[in-house]
Amino acid sequence: MANVPPDLRYTREHEWAKQEGGRIRVGITAFAQEQLGDVVFVELPKLGAKVTQHKEFGVVESVKAVSDLYAPVSGEIAEVNGALSSAPETVNQDPYGQGWMLVVVPSNAAEWDQLLTSAQYEELIAQGGH
Amino acid sequence: MVPFGGWEMPVQYTGILEEHRRVRSQVGLFDVSHMGEFEVEGAGALDAVQRLTTNDASALQAGQLQYSLLCYPDGGIVDDATVYRLGAEHFMITVNASNIDKDWAWVTDHAGGGRWRNVSAATGLIAVQGPRAEALVGRLAEGDVAAIGYFRFTRLRVAGVPALISRSGYTGEDGFELYVPWDDTPALWKALLAAGAGDGAGHAGDGVGPIGLGARDTLRLEMRYTLYGNDIDQTTNPLEAGLGWVVKPAKGEFIGRDAIERVRAEGLRRRLVGIEMADRSIARHGYPVVKDGRAIGVVTSGSYGPSVDRSIALCYVESAQAAVGTEVGVEIRAQARPGRVVRTPFYPPKVKR
Repeated sequence: MANVPPDLRYTREHEWAKQEGGRIRVGITAFAQEQLGDVVFVELPKLGAKVTQHKEFGVVESVKAVSDLYAPVSGEIAEVNGALSSAPETVNQDPYGQGWMLVVVPSNAAEWDQLLTSAQYEELIAQGGH
Repeated sequence: MVPFGGWEMPVQYTGILEEHRRVRSQVGLFDVSHMGEFEVEGAGALDAVQRLTTNDASALQAGQLQYSLLCYPDGGIVDDATVYRLGAEHFMITVNASNIDKDWAWVTDHAGGGRWRNVSAATGLIAVQGPRAEALVGRLAEGDVAAIGYFRFTRLRVAGVPALISRSGYTGEDGFELYVPWDDTPALWKALLAAGAGDGAGHAGDGVGPIGLGARDTLRLEMRYTLYGNDIDQTTNPLEAGLGWVVKPAKGEFIGRDAIERVRAEGLRRRLVGIEMADRSIARHGYPVVKDGRAIGVVTSGSYGPSVDRSIALCYVESAQAAVGTEVGVEIRAQARPGRVVRTPFYPPKVKR
């Protein structure tokens, strides 16, 4: 069973979200990176861009496949992990740490409560992740 | 596991990049038993192979093999194949797994001679590829594998299993392909893994590991080896695919010869070229190739190339845009991303010639 930290929230599309003093850090889960295999390219939006909950904000490519990334919450992008452009494999090595993707300033606090809890997400991946 | 030509095969064992690097730096095992093998023997066998394939099989001595193509009368490609000369009138032809039924019908309908046998189901095939391949196979072989030259083969026992062993492969590394009886294949596989693992004492091991379909694809792509169904098929001719080096019209008549020679005389409309992307986005099969806002071609294979550390692809482009250095775009997610036609192979081959 893939690692699912209890202090994070999750999307059905396998992104994680973490509260950091009013801002929200975003990445993809250990389950997601295992399913993708070796990540070789991550395409992220620019600083200041707006993202919308459950809408695409970028793309992750592995040798096997290309997958869209979905925003856990709406808001404005305050930070982007530029290190992933030269070291995309960090997403495989440390999905919840150095492999983070965005920091979002949320525009609608209520969206947080719509995200999956770790228990709900564990249930989702126990059923195969769909 | 994914369905591949009717077989369940692993895309990866431990990870595509790790497996790819293992083959380039140490040695990897490929279970490619799904490949098809036909044998033809007896009076008319050479004539049949000459009629069915584009390369010149008469140039082979017993104990040599060659890469070749089977073509339709219009020059389209039935399959690519490896032709082994077992004797004066005795050949083995190795074909792609997904094409076995189609190829068998084709060769038996058009051979005109020789006794044909489809031995695919009785034949296992393990490829041992990488700089440590010779050391690994040599440790288990009852005979001198170092004496086997490039694109030559012999018969000897490996780990007690009778094998037809050729120095050949699909990776650009030195290595061997071992054709063995189907039922002995798992034993040989286990023996190779064990012999390459080291004993924890005097013998340090060869760093051997099993390699899945994912790394098989990235390894062959870096070499610009074409893949049937991706880069070549019934709609592509050998010349535009860059396979003119295995078309030998001087040998005499063969199926597809007239059409291919007509293409040669008229000039090529398009060519299969290698491109390198400016960024790490992957140009995948079917993506349009563009220039100045106009479609000029299509990607047939593309991936991250682990040994060149770049996003690379093969694509058909208009002949006028095929020169090395030509700037092109690849339409990836509705955006033209910059790439450039480069020399191939993308990575220098290490085969032992």
